[in-house]
Amino acid sequence: MYNFEYRKAGSVDEAAGIVGSDEDAKLLAGGMTYIPTLKQRLASPTTVVDLNGVGGLDGISADGNGVTIGAMVRHAAVAASADVAAAIPALADLASHIGDPQVRNRGTLGGSIANNDPAADYPAALVGLGATVQTNKRAIAADDFFTGLFETALDQDEVVTSVSFPRAGKAAYMKFPNPASRYAIAGVFVAQAADGVRVAVTGAGPCVFRVGEMEAALAANWSADAVAGIGIPADGLNEDIHASAEYRAHLVTVMAKRAVAKAG
Amino acid sequence: MTVSVSLTVNGEAVSADVEPRTLLVQMLRENLDLTGTHVGCDTSQCGACVVHVDGESVKACTVLAVQAEGADVKTIEGVADGDTLHPMQQAFHENHGLQCGFCTPGMIMSALDLVKNNPAPSEKEIREWLEGNLCRCTGYHNIVKSIDAGAAAMRG
Amino acid sequence: MTEQGIGAAVARREDRRFVTGQGHYTDDINRRGQTHACFVRSPHAHATLNGVDTAAARAMPGVRGIFIGEDMAEVGPLICGWAITDVNGEPHRAPPHPALAIGKVNFVGDAVAVVIADTLEQAKDAAAAVDVDYGILGAVVDPATAAPDGQIQIHETAPGNLSYEWAIGDQAAIDAAFEGAAHVTSLEFTNNRLVPNAMEPRACIAEYEDGTGDYTLYLTSQNPHVHRLVMSAFHGLAPEHKLRVVAPDVGGGFGSKIFIYAEEVVLTWASRHIGRPIKWTAERTESFLTDCHGRDHVTKAELALDGDGKFLAMRVNTIANMGAYLSTFASAVPTYLYATLLAGQYTTGGIYCNVKAVFTNTVPVDAYRGAGRPEAAYVVERLVEAAAAETGRDPAELRKTNFVPTDAFPYETPVIMQYDCGDFAGSMDQALDLAGYSGFQARKAESKAGGKLRGVGFSSYIEACGVAPSAAAGSLGAGVGLWESANIRFNPTGNVQLFTGCHSHGQGHETAYAQIVADKLGVPYEQVDVIHGDSAKVPFGMGTYGSRSAAVGGSAIVKAADKVIEKGRKIAAHALEASEDDIEFAGGNFTVTGTDKAMNIAEVAFTAYVPHNYPEGLEPGLDETAFYDPLNFSFPAGTHICEVEVDPETGSVSIERYAAVDDFGVLINPLIVEGQVHGGIGQGVGQAMLEQAVYDNDGQLISGSYMDYTMPRADDVPNYDVGFNGVPSPLNPLGVKGCGEAGAIAAPAAVMNAVHDALSDVGVGHIEMPATPLRVWQAIQDAAA
Repeated sequence: MYNFEYRKAGSVDEAAGIVGSDEDAKLLAGGMTYIPTLKQRLASPTTVVDLNGVGGLDGISADGNGVTIGAMVRHAAVAASADVAAAIPALADLASHIGDPQVRNRGTLGGSIANNDPAADYPAALVGLGATVQTNKRAIAADDFFTGLFETALDQDEVVTSVSFPRAGKAAYMKFPNPASRYAIAGVFVAQAADGVRVAVTGAGPCVFRVGEMEAALAANWSADAVAGIGIPADGLNEDIHASAEYRAHLVTVMAKRAVAKAG
Repeated sequence: MTVSVSLTVNGEAVSADVEPRTLLVQMLRENLDLTGTHVGCDTSQCGACVVHVDGESVKACTVLAVQAEGADVKTIEGVADGDTLHPMQQAFHENHGLQCGFCTPGMIMSALDLVKNNPAPSEKEIREWLEGNLCRCTGYHNIVKSIDAGAAAMRG
Repeated sequence: MTEQGIGAAVARREDRRFVTGQGHYTDDINRRGQTHACFVRSPHAHATLNGVDTAAARAMPGVRGIFIGEDMAEVGPLICGWAITDVNGEPHRAPPHPALAIGKVNFVGDAVAVVIADTLEQAKDAAAAVDVDYGILGAVVDPATAAPDGQIQIHETAPGNLSYEWAIGDQAAIDAAFEGAAHVTSLEFTNNRLVPNAMEPRACIAEYEDGTGDYTLYLTSQNPHVHRLVMSAFHGLAPEHKLRVVAPDVGGGFGSKIFIYAEEVVLTWASRHIGRPIKWTAERTESFLTDCHGRDHVTKAELALDGDGKFLAMRVNTIANMGAYLSTFASAVPTYLYATLLAGQYTTGGIYCNVKAVFTNTVPVDAYRGAGRPEAAYVVERLVEAAAAETGRDPAELRKTNFVPTDAFPYETPVIMQYDCGDFAGSMDQALDLAGYSGFQARKAESKAGGKLRGVGFSSYIEACGVAPSAAAGSLGAGVGLWESANIRFNPTGNVQLFTGCHSHGQGHETAYAQIVADKLGVPYEQVDVIHGDSAKVPFGMGTYGSRSAAVGGSAIVKAADKVIEKGRKIAAHALEASEDDIEFAGGNFTVTGTDKAMNIAEVAFTAYVPHNYPEGLEPGLDETAFYDPLNFSFPAGTHICEVEVDPETGSVSIERYAAVDDFGVLINPLIVEGQVHGGIGQGVGQAMLEQAVYDNDGQLISGSYMDYTMPRADDVPNYDVGFNGVPSPLNPLGVKGCGEAGAIAAPAAVMNAVHDALSDVGVGHIEMPATPLRVWQAIQDAAA
């Protein structure tokens, strides 16, 4: 690890101020991706700004519209939350399968979405449910938040504070894990979301994406059979030693089908 | 440039001067001489370094030492009650749940967190919980058996 | 059997320190004044070294020294300790492997320089500042195409990148046998390249005492004396008596910690130049790049059968990837540890095997759990299973038709092995029972109803453990003896220290060896301590690998115990005023035959050290050493049966059942033996379904971390049903056979035969290891196309 200055942020504004004035300063949330990156000397920040302990980022609240989860809420807390389980059980289920137990005890919602790893699980939930990302500056619709491979709409001085997930009808997430890393090779979140049926895919492409044809089919007929025959093109999907683009395309259909079946 | 970190480890107040880039596992091993917590990989996957921070299992290779300021940390050295092994340690011994012993501290610390959350885990739940703990010696059979027996013993 | 003697399932005494975090692994040790080493490694698979500029790095904080290959010219290159004779009568080509590269690098990870600094981070910071000018060359990666002429040449002294071509058997006779066959089964496949991945990374600390000229090396070694011998005799680092090698607690080896690596050579040499202890611990990424890998064969294999299904002949052609250099025992693996096992458990009439060992720009390949024998078992058992499918025979029945019958031992195979004993059909029957084979069709139907494919696979493997005897191994090219030593030292108060040349890195010797001593000498188990792993304490020994510790190391203990009893008999006879011939020894007591006059062995020990009433002319003390050179290998064998279920939609394979019945002869500690079987199966399942080292065409290791190299996890494997059918070996005093590698040898074929069986329902004829979801799904698509 290269050396850096460590700053424990006292507030969101303070954190935003530091990273806003130094483009080589970096926010640290759960650190489940960033600390391994530092260990391998793949990043050399001037300052690491720790968001752990910043007040107001670790709450979960539910109302009639949905559930709002603070940026620093750990995956394990989402998985164990009675509020989340009552409002959107598919979201709790997704969180309970992120990484391993130690990652879930430490990793955060805000850190995960700000990193936007193409194989992360949360982006599928945000897009699949039509969630809204709240930052220190604005509200960003999930559809607009994830902009590309490890890219988001966040500005340099912008800090995620919470995510609001609207209640959904039936919803479920299914992923096919990479045998080695256990990240998603293809993960599909299906939901009768507040604004209509959504099908969001993670792991298969460079960034989470929706499958319009499946959404239309499910809107007409919410059943596994409705999506079983809908394939997606392999062009542009990820390829590695664990999965070809064609295999990923195939798995998207299989996971979509299984997610619908799981949702009931 | 070092930072002073004060925390509680295995019930004792301790402090150390470390660089910000120092990992919790390095501080435990190098500054506090608690070498029971091991490092088996550099990508946060093997789980040999699992300790408890404020009661929850975490990978000590993926937490900065400075982040442990004020925390209550428990390592494998703090699990036994004096000379008496903890029931989970005893179960690993009786069920031959270890061979070379390198992954064992992490396995036990992870298992204790499982049982805290789920006092009577099924075989499937034990196997799934161990996603973040690699063992190369045992083929896992006796580790799963040990955790099952340890959980039973802890239920009393 | 006494309560804690041979055969007792004693829970291990070494566990306490490991479950409480009190183990002492190499990286847990810190020496006063210790410095840290970081190696500068080649990022290129094949390149000339045009210059190494260390000036900037030398000026960085904390740096104590930086060395490159030329600085160490006085140190001999890393060697291969087993010389294979080529088919043309020439010795194999073993190009020099300097510990730090000179002139050229030959694989990604090849060490170019070492930086030694006060802290590890300082060493790393400075290593990043070493500027190396590489002249990048094309890389040779694929063993199947490594040898043709006109290719990129890795070593000047190995034309065509060929280390050797070696053959066993009468090719003309075998060809003739194939001519007359009723059926020929022919397969082509690879044996996938594996990364050993002991959970403890390699590490060492070297220190030099100027006042005495003594070196001490703390090292993750399976064989500290072998390290000392090679580092002294071949590298010239220090005379043997001035070099102490200590292998403390070692976190798994699986072969990977047998070998003499560049790092320990460099650190030992540099410790004298730096004048301080130097520590190096591999990061896992370094382990992937620099630990010797395993397997990596490309094979064409054929089996000829007559009309009754009897095996007439086998013909095997293998290309074995050696990597960039010949590692310590690399040359023996695809020859004498491979081709000599191709008879399997069968009476196959004749066997011909040709092996071409080739160099590639990849890390060296050497012994990994099983070492040659898993490759052989895979050849034999895939051929047999395929032959059964092709000829419409039940795979279990076809095996039984060809098993060496129990009354045929000792049995001479066509490939220079003499099997001592076995009960192959008995193990098969027991395994069929344990696996619930009779219920398989019902389970298959159930799977089918759920849209899944179910298959069953067999593996009736045999292996050869404890390479021996030394003279025979020497005649085949071994550069070392393969005996083992034991020293039983009674203390005056009657307790015992056993010093062994074997080394335990998970195998539980501290428990099992104490059981042997307790059993043979009637000393309470608690009063026997086992000491290993320190060349300054234990007699010269060969270490632990190849499942040798029970059959060879254990037998040495028995020999030493016999000497103790022999001397004790003299002491007791004198004290009891009887003739030596009238003294019986049993249960720890020397008794005058037919009387109740007796003396306990502890009393005898006391007398030996306080020799007031003592036989004239007899030396005081009770401290006996024995060296045991076995008569032959031991031949563990058995049948493993695996049942898998395939999800044809995703290609996922799950192991539903795994039954193993093994003949390990006499079991010293069944608890430990079962654990060894479990662990071996786990690694074998890993090879079959999960693990593969993948290099790209430029020689970059793509699967260079746990993000891409699939280690078996707890939810990848099932519980294993393990049974035993022991036939005591007549060739060693304990009747034991090795148990450490059986699982890794048997499992790949059992799993893959099951996968092939399941996939045959959808027309898939062939699939390679590892049978990953991608591969299985692709094979199903290709078969449907």
